[in-house]
Amino acid sequence: MERPVRIAVAGHIDHGKSTLIGRLLHETGNLSKERFAEIELASRKRNGPIEWAYVTDALQAERDRVTPMTIDTSRIWLTWRGKKFQIIDAPGHREFVQNMVTGASEADGALLVVDAVEGAREQTRCHAYVLRLLGVNQLVLALNKFDALGYDRDRFESLAASCKSELAAMGFAALATVPISAREGENLVERSAVMPWYTGPALMEVLAAIQPRAKEVNDPLRLRVQDVYEVDGRVIAVGRVDSGVLALGDQVVLLPRGTNAVVDSIDRWPSSAEAIARAGESIGVTLGPPTTVERGDVIAHSEDAPKLEQQFRSICFWIGETPPSAGARFNAQFGPVTTAVTVTSVRNPLDTESLAAVGDGAVPRYAIVEVYLCATELVPLDFHGELSATSRFVLMNGGELVACGFVDAAVSAEPPENLTPKAHLLSGGDRQRRNGHTGAVIWMTGLPGAGKSTLAMALERKLFDAGANVFAIDGDRVRQGLNGDLGFSAKDRSENVRRVAEAAALFAEMGAIVIAALISPQERDRAVARRAAGRRFHEIFIDCDLETCERRDPKGLYKRARAAEIADFTGVSAAYERPFAPELVLDTAHSGVEQSVARLVEYVRRVTGLEEEKPLELSLSGQRTS
Amino acid sequence: MSSGTELDALEADSVYILREARRCVRPLCLLWSMGKDSTALLWLARKAFLGNIPFPIVQLDTEMELPEVYAFRDRIAAEWQLDLRVELCPPESEADPELPPGARAAARKTAGLRRLLSANGYRGVILGIRRDEQAVRAKERVFSPRGPDGDWDFHNQPIELWDHYATDPPAGGHVRIHPLLDWTEVDIWRYHKRENIPFVPLYLERDGKRYRSLGEKNITEPIESTASTIDEMIAELEASHAPERAGRTMDHEREDAFERLRTAGYM
Ligand SMILES: Nc1nc2c(ncn2[C@@H]2O[C@H](COP(=O)(O)OP(=O)(O)O)[C@@H](O)[C@H]2O)c(=O)[nH]1
Ligand SMILES: [Mg+2]
Repeated sequence: MERPVRIAVAGHIDHGKSTLIGRLLHETGNLSKERFAEIELASRKRNGPIEWAYVTDALQAERDRVTPMTIDTSRIWLTWRGKKFQIIDAPGHREFVQNMVTGASEADGALLVVDAVEGAREQTRCHAYVLRLLGVNQLVLALNKFDALGYDRDRFESLAASCKSELAAMGFAALATVPISAREGENLVERSAVMPWYTGPALMEVLAAIQPRAKEVNDPLRLRVQDVYEVDGRVIAVGRVDSGVLALGDQVVLLPRGTNAVVDSIDRWPSSAEAIARAGESIGVTLGPPTTVERGDVIAHSEDAPKLEQQFRSICFWIGETPPSAGARFNAQFGPVTTAVTVTSVRNPLDTESLAAVGDGAVPRYAIVEVYLCATELVPLDFHGELSATSRFVLMNGGELVACGFVDAAVSAEPPENLTPKAHLLSGGDRQRRNGHTGAVIWMTGLPGAGKSTLAMALERKLFDAGANVFAIDGDRVRQGLNGDLGFSAKDRSENVRRVAEAAALFAEMGAIVIAALISPQERDRAVARRAAGRRFHEIFIDCDLETCERRDPKGLYKRARAAEIADFTGVSAAYERPFAPELVLDTAHSGVEQSVARLVEYVRRVTGLEEEKPLELSLSGQRTS
Repeated sequence: MSSGTELDALEADSVYILREARRCVRPLCLLWSMGKDSTALLWLARKAFLGNIPFPIVQLDTEMELPEVYAFRDRIAAEWQLDLRVELCPPESEADPELPPGARAAARKTAGLRRLLSANGYRGVILGIRRDEQAVRAKERVFSPRGPDGDWDFHNQPIELWDHYATDPPAGGHVRIHPLLDWTEVDIWRYHKRENIPFVPLYLERDGKRYRSLGEKNITEPIESTASTIDEMIAELEASHAPERAGRTMDHEREDAFERLRTAGYM
């Protein structure tokens, strides 16, 4: 049994959201005759025609007006053709945007209602932007009140086009745009006879296509500790697995304290039989050896742990009455993970109601704004688009919630005054959908002659054939261009690695799989590369003993180094520091190129989500490559 | 292995909420009416706290429950080793005489709750209400702050998102915690069945009738039914859309009856 698909109904006040919900319930047979009678009576008492909005506008204050006004969000269940929905009605009034945020934050998809007579208004834009920010990407547009427009086709075409371009400006696109009359019930469940010119699906058919948000089981493990219980002398940390999978015996790290531990037990009641816990489950864990653990600690696997940052940039939706300003202090809450923060800078506010950029000094209420924050301690973080639990937070001013936001980037120091990175209007997920895989930096390190370049080029070919957006950067190649000004001093070698790492990180952020083949002998330099690409970084150790490399000596360099014609040659006259904890090790001394490439391909598929059978064109044209 | 079924997700979220309540609000109690919802809630609390519920379980008693309900209470309290406190509600004569009879009975419970809170200093009360029960309850928050008189300011409810709840009780007031808000009546019965949670037999058919909702005997009517098992009850519920509280007179005495009850502090 799947959980119901949650759909938030949003839009400007009086555009017909509540009416639409009431009518949908009726049309789909989900309104009991008792409820119908109650609404009919309440409408008659107020001397009007039947007000479908009363189904959710149940409060007297919501009903006793010329037109009903929703004050607070409510939820109602609807079943249609065996599929279950939870419909979340959100208020459209400016004063109640926070109630809209409450309702929409849990939605899988959204129905944006626009009065076709009025067109898009302030809250239409604001709600669309908030939905986008909250990651509610499956959007359906309902253009309402076509009864009042004589079901005019031209009006539909022109309004649909203007809504489309407004949404596109937010990097948003609707799954479908449906002309309806909520009050008359047209195009809700069946295609309407009064709008024969509309040949698309009826509203319910589009809603039925909305998918529930996927559980984050395939992502790295995050478990935020909620509390610690002592039961029969055992110290049990409890919390919900936010993403990934935790298994008995797992080697984990506790952040921010950095303690390593092993999962000794996974506790549930009445039985603790299952030795594994997946994203979404509330569990208890005991760790060994006994260690301090507290509310707010994050449990992760050390190989893909969250970043630890003190300063970061965030994208916030500003709800509070007082605009943010440098020096203001708040409490940032990532669920149970909380920390005091100081605002260091406020940039690029965008008024969501007009979609106009406004000056840095004046952040209007309901603006989207970049807020730079400095915490009192290191905070375990992920970035927006990576993992949700450790990337989204609320800012509290005492008991007042003033903003909700996402961690967007780490900030190494105070942002230079003349640098104002602009937030993207699309997410990593958008890029991933287009590419069919996530971006990644496949960083190959190893001795000269270990086989890095050979494997890099072979891997690039394989991934390209599989439909991936891939590029291999070879160390020798960049030495001629990007790094043409660098020599081989220790400092220049580090700089060489740093530049390649930064370039690779940019490509990876763009969604590409970047293969970097660089000796990169120093652990410190590779750590710099890892930091540049963050979670997208994968260190592959091409492990081959010196003897074999020297025997291969493809470029005759070992010979020259032995003859002291080349100074500081890695492996001969300079040290190679073996990677401390690489993601993958390939022993090229004892396995063939074919075999190593196969393991690499398998690894890259796993970490980037690249599909096994990707390119449709290839199978259609019959020219399958192997 | 089945992960991510609807009941698993509901259960995990309710456990999360109960643990937040325990951590952030003290002292705390849980109201048990011996009905299907609050009994499921007790079961969830045992899950959340790994067997032993670390706060008192309170029954607001009007001495008007059906005898089967009292028998069930005593049996479960002993079997589950609950720290059960039975609080007698003030007599009806203390309730506002202007109210219709059903609402007067509800007012007794409201008064009982108020007395319970002031006598014991509870800052948090865990309740088994659900959004699908009633259109006004559909607007509730998971953590719902109440003023000193238990009054509900629905014009000004706090934001809830991303596991953030307003857990601090307002000055002089308390916070109501609703871990079952997102469950439906059918979910509750499915969960009873899956977990084998005991329930009062009055929910099952006897002489062509069964109770769908258990209130005091003077103000709750059984419905016509042939359902003698949980599965039959679920089938019956899925076939009909009749509201659950139809058998409760207090909701229907006037259009805003339930809203008034709730604004004044009813559950
Ligand atoms: N003519 C016409 N009026 C509508 C339609 N849908 C809603 N309305 C009216 O628009 C007003 C506002 O509707 P309501 O549902 O409360 O809007 P909300 O604020 O978006 O929830 C009410 O008076 C409705 O009767 C429609 O399809 N056609
Ligand atoms: Mg409304």
